Amino acid sequence: MKKNNSILLSTPYILWMVAFTLIPLGVVGYYALTDPDTGVFTWSNIRELGTYLPVFGQSIMYSLVSALICLILGYPVAYYIAHRGAVMQKILYMLVMLPMCMSFLLRTLAWVGLLQDTGIINNLLAAVGLPRLQLIRTPAAVVLGMVYNYLPYMILPLYSTIVKIDHRLIEAAEDLGCTPAETFRKVTLPLSMPGILSGLTMVFVPAVSTFYISQKLGGADTVLIGDVIERLYKQGNNANLGAALSLLLMILVFVCTGIMNRLGGDEEAVVV
Amino acid sequence: MKKANKIITIAIFIFLYIPMLVLIVGSFNEGKSLARFDGFTFEQYAELFRDPDLLALLGNSLIISILASLIATVFGTFSCVGINSLKPRMRNTVMSLTNIPMTNPDIVTGISLSLLFVFVGTKMLGQRNSLTFWTLLIAHITFDLPYVILNVMPKLQQMDRSLVDAAMDLGCTPIESFFKVTIHEIMPGIVAGAIMAFTMSLDDFVISYFVTGMDFVTLPVEIYSYTKKPIPPKIYAMFTLLFLLILVLMITMNLLQLKSEKKKARG
Amino acid sequence: MKKVFALILAAAMTAMVLSGCGGQEAVQSSNGKTTLNVYNWGQYIADGSDDSLDIIAAFEEKYPHIDINYSTFDSNEIMYSKLSNGGITVDVIFPSDYMVARLIEEGMLLEINYDNIPNYQYIDEEFRNTAYDPENRYSVPYTWGTVGIIYNSNYVDEEDVTGWELLWNEKYNDKILMFDNSRDAFGIAALLQGYDINTTDEAELVACAEALAEQKPYVQQYVMDQIYDLMENEEAWIAPYYAGDYAIMAEENEALEFYLPQEQGFNLFIDAMCIPTCCQEKEAAELFINFLCDPEIAAANMDWVGYGVPLSEAKNYMDPETVEDPVAYPSDEALANGTSYDYLPPEITRHVESLFMKVRIS
Repeated sequence: MKKNNSILLSTPYILWMVAFTLIPLGVVGYYALTDPDTGVFTWSNIRELGTYLPVFGQSIMYSLVSALICLILGYPVAYYIAHRGAVMQKILYMLVMLPMCMSFLLRTLAWVGLLQDTGIINNLLAAVGLPRLQLIRTPAAVVLGMVYNYLPYMILPLYSTIVKIDHRLIEAAEDLGCTPAETFRKVTLPLSMPGILSGLTMVFVPAVSTFYISQKLGGADTVLIGDVIERLYKQGNNANLGAALSLLLMILVFVCTGIMNRLGGDEEAVVV
Repeated sequence: MKKANKIITIAIFIFLYIPMLVLIVGSFNEGKSLARFDGFTFEQYAELFRDPDLLALLGNSLIISILASLIATVFGTFSCVGINSLKPRMRNTVMSLTNIPMTNPDIVTGISLSLLFVFVGTKMLGQRNSLTFWTLLIAHITFDLPYVILNVMPKLQQMDRSLVDAAMDLGCTPIESFFKVTIHEIMPGIVAGAIMAFTMSLDDFVISYFVTGMDFVTLPVEIYSYTKKPIPPKIYAMFTLLFLLILVLMITMNLLQLKSEKKKARG
Repeated sequence: MKKVFALILAAAMTAMVLSGCGGQEAVQSSNGKTTLNVYNWGQYIADGSDDSLDIIAAFEEKYPHIDINYSTFDSNEIMYSKLSNGGITVDVIFPSDYMVARLIEEGMLLEINYDNIPNYQYIDEEFRNTAYDPENRYSVPYTWGTVGIIYNSNYVDEEDVTGWELLWNEKYNDKILMFDNSRDAFGIAALLQGYDINTTDEAELVACAEALAEQKPYVQQYVMDQIYDLMENEEAWIAPYYAGDYAIMAEENEALEFYLPQEQGFNLFIDAMCIPTCCQEKEAAELFINFLCDPEIAAANMDWVGYGVPLSEAKNYMDPETVEDPVAYPSDEALANGTSYDYLPPEITRHVESLFMKVRIS
């Protein structure tokens, strides 16, 4: 009896989630399979997806590279934070969190101010007599924007797994004659795997679907899939093709996260 | 090795904070450009406070994120109790449902909700105006809920069942035992979930961008349209004030936490 | 426990129900005022900056029972998508000529009651009974203007400024901006190749797309109003844009010049005020349109906006320097080769949009 009552508590939640996550996806499917002008059933939106495969490819490339760079840069930071004293850990953790709370649009805009041809870096270069560099509107600038925006999403899950690693394991490995490098490779790294995988997912997913970073920091030829979807929906007056692309993007992301989860990335590791 | 770690960490923090420094410096700039400092002034702050629209937008953002995170926290906490007593199989299904908005790219969530609201509101119910404050609130609650669930759920599972049983043995009704025992045990999870939900809502641009209509716009959405026009530097002044506010909030939160931990440690 | 369940369910239900009814609620804001949703181009109304008259504030002062909720768009296409995606209430919009025709054709505009717009009498004869609204039922002209090339004379050689081909000049690689909307981009490509600006010929459209694809390597960015900052701080040197916006940019950077390719032809446009079918406050909307047609208000507004004013009466109140400016008010002779965009059938519009998208992603 008691048990049944508390089960009922989950019903509104299930209803809510069905109403506002599953059904909306159904509506997206409906739009993807109808004609924008007449509203009748059509495969043409799905057939047109082929045109956009290179854009998908480009988006995946950019976000994979960004996720890997985030990992390489984020790991030492997370490791360093996890090995401070309790107070210092709190402070550093807060400093990683803080940028996440500030408008990412304006922070990206600040990079435009830094990188553009008439920007801060180039002005400094010119002031000391060096030639101006092409920094903005390059693939590197887009990757930089992604790394900058999503690095905290990598550091936080990494930190929370590394900090949980039992210190005695590391001592044991050292006692057994492992060099620090071996201890890291054989103990710390495998134990931080869940954090690595969830960090990679947390960077990859927003990066692959972004549309602002590429618009601001990329050149005329860096158009990512998020840009295309946003454009179709907001000015192309073709929500239907946009819906079809969204579905494909969603499938792509679910396949990627599925693989990550299979490898052992545990969502709960993300929660601190 | 340790030294290298330290250097990398310092470098990364500089990397994370330089753009914000650029914006903060920009807020004291006489000129409009971020790249050229024309002279020191507080004029942008005066401009900001003369602009009721911008402050109203900040108010809108706060209203939406406070309401959405509160509702999501209460709703999510009760739901966790319910989900926890489901059979494992059903529980897994519900948890994967929870993961959908977490995993789905924001742009897909935004488009799907926007299409839903227009489809149901306009095509089915014949409402002219179906993208309102309320639909935006629903959208925010929907993407806030998983953060609450994922924070509360582990705490609930870690909790000692016998505590609740003991309370019931002492004559508590299930509701009383929830409010007297369970809620204290899972409080850290609830607080963490609420804070996460609040910051996610406050900073959300992508989902709001697709879901807002005409009559209720949040700050990030308007900032986006500002970045497509000549940018008024008062925006940088607003950024600076928000930065200080969040910094102060975070420091107080940490101090409070440290204090309570010390108290606990003492006994 | 059941009570709690019922409460939660009730809360969720109310939220859902309210979301359906939000429409009515939004019309009357809390203080009993009428909210008028105005949806205009960015940088297209005097806002009080640079000692101009704050038009919206002036309107709200004159009609204290109306609150204006003002939002902006970058291009006709964005405005159209927002309206046709549905789910919103807008009371006054500012589409360009061809978009007015399209909205009329698709039944998205309400007929205006001209009795409520006495100031319509000031509208010049040449802006009445236009091709896009031949019977004058749906629109009141707001501005008119031309599309030309803005360039920075410090970096661009005068001898290169010969026509639209300047936008294809490899020499200025990465310093050229281009329109981020299909209609203006295809219009320029058509003019460059000597086609009609309103071509619907498949081969010509494909040739236009090819020309745009050829231009793409030299294009720094596809933008709309971001052009202001980019041109003013010399991040970019060449950009096609609306003549009316040139004046504001030139004030910030004196090296900026405007060129109108008179031989090749150019787009001559009229932007109008219309009331879409999703309007809920038609009378207030007409009041607002009438207000903007008041010669003194229009003069104060256009002094700042910089576009051509379709009521000659207003010129009496305007800064004489603006009225005599050949960029904002070119001679009839200069205007001889200007063509306006016509309404194109929806399948052509969609086709052009998809060709432009392919240029962008290629």
